[in-house]
Amino acid sequence: MKWNKRKLIDRIMSFLTAACVVIAIIPLVSILYTVIINGISAINLDFLTQLPKPVGEPGGGLGNAIQGTFIVVGIACLIGLPIGILSGVYLSEYGDNRFGRFVSFVADVLTGTPSIVAGMFAYTFIVLYFRSFSAIAGGVALSVLMIPIVTRTTEESLKLVPGSIKEASLALGIPKWKTTLYIVISTGKSGIITGALLAIARISGETAPLLFTSFGNMFWANGLDKPISTMPVQIYTYAITPFPDWHAKAWAGALVLIILILVLNIGVRFVTRRKYGL
Amino acid sequence: MDRPNLSFFRISRRKLSGDFIFEAIVGLFALGILILAFLLFRELFIESGLSRNTFGLRFLATSTWDPVNEVFGALPFIFGTLVSSFLALLIAVPFSLGIAIYLCELAPEKLRTPLSFIIELLAAIPSVIIGLWGIFILAPFIRDYLAPPLSMYLGFLPLFQGPMYGLSMLTGGVILAIMIIPITSSVSREVIMTVPTHQREAALALGSTGWETTRIAVLPYARSGIFGAVILGFGRAIGETMAVTMVIGNSPKISESLFSPSYTMASVIANEFVEATSKLYVSSLIEIGLLLLVISIIINIAARILVWKLLRVEGGGRA
Repeated sequence: MKWNKRKLIDRIMSFLTAACVVIAIIPLVSILYTVIINGISAINLDFLTQLPKPVGEPGGGLGNAIQGTFIVVGIACLIGLPIGILSGVYLSEYGDNRFGRFVSFVADVLTGTPSIVAGMFAYTFIVLYFRSFSAIAGGVALSVLMIPIVTRTTEESLKLVPGSIKEASLALGIPKWKTTLYIVISTGKSGIITGALLAIARISGETAPLLFTSFGNMFWANGLDKPISTMPVQIYTYAITPFPDWHAKAWAGALVLIILILVLNIGVRFVTRRKYGL
Repeated sequence: MDRPNLSFFRISRRKLSGDFIFEAIVGLFALGILILAFLLFRELFIESGLSRNTFGLRFLATSTWDPVNEVFGALPFIFGTLVSSFLALLIAVPFSLGIAIYLCELAPEKLRTPLSFIIELLAAIPSVIIGLWGIFILAPFIRDYLAPPLSMYLGFLPLFQGPMYGLSMLTGGVILAIMIIPITSSVSREVIMTVPTHQREAALALGSTGWETTRIAVLPYARSGIFGAVILGFGRAIGETMAVTMVIGNSPKISESLFSPSYTMASVIANEFVEATSKLYVSSLIEIGLLLLVISIIINIAARILVWKLLRVEGGGRA
């Protein structure tokens, strides 16, 4: 009798915790469903290649925002990837000292920087200095978010490289820096690339840091020192207007953005999982 | 006698210099991270100087936000941020714990990886898209299906009084909860995975059921780490901007009711920074940003210390 009661509680708890999982998945399913349903009807070739039109006029698209997102994310990568990857190399290969542990800790804490604060930093640092919103300022803001992520993933994936491989190389008389460069980094390469791609996926959807750095623009990009349109900001501007016409555009933009990000995410995980046979 | 020494010296020096240069280069980049952290703080500190000097500590305690007369007090935003984040924790923590326990302890082996992947996928969805969904799906849903029963059965509480138009503190809290569930549950999961197997085996050997094992052997062991996961979620909720801005209603009033619109620190920056015309206005917004940065740094340090102890020292960690 007592045994039955305990068994029953076990079943109930299994059921309740499983219910938590199901309930947590509902918003994801709902988001994907509504984005696809609402987005697919507004998306077409014009949407991907044309400039936005004023409200009321049919047609038009987000071509410049798509272009702008690639430019701004590209700038962020140019700044963020070298700093992130090289610091990660330092932390993993030379960082076993007080300085290294401190940097690693700071990087970890920086991953929690609110994205809007990163934007504010780029504003005071770049925008105020050049007296203009610019693609570069947007890239800097995003790179602030990117650097700590890339640093930590690089560090983690290089630490997984077996010590025996390094020792074998060192035993052959290859200096440590060459060992690091040709043996350690090339062994941990896929981990570094995974981390970088996930970081890119993360920053591609960021809106808050771009609101007052890259700002927005209704035309094609005309220079890195000028305001530039990006998809997340454009989706936001369309979403908060009262025009159903523009809401449809926001959904379509969301669909394009979500496809981009999910392809990066799922693709990366699928590839790495197959590689390590997990 | 000199010659062999010299050649030995030369070779080792050449090795040393290659290594030295390489270490110096990567070390400089690592130093760059410290510089970045320092600059981040310094820029916001300097640019908020005007506001700090004008208002002093009153900035944190007064609730007038009047750009026309240039009187700024951040209390409504601090209130909005704290209440919406706590509301989010209140909703998200039980779910995250349930998810972590199910995926680590109770779920069939085959389901664990795919389910945790799906939950973490939610974290990949951009905030602005969650906000878009919040405006058009979640807010009407809460207005039509969640708020009426709340005000009917719990309406005697000041929390659930007044009219509900959809965009409200409640909606903001719910959307934050949705957004922090992936991080709280995945960190809790990592922490629970570091609990040594012999803990579980001891409980199982005494005849415990799966749930009893979790309750007796696993949860007490993982307690401090789970607390760290909760704090991390709190940090996420405080800094979250776009989705909240789109659904919380953006009205700088302190109201008891969760049904009334509110405003958060991150939202006021997102909404007003571009339009801020006067120096004092900009400076006040930057001070709010500085406050946000400092709070999130403190929270992250606290959380890392709690979680790190388990993940780093005891050697579980992420692979």
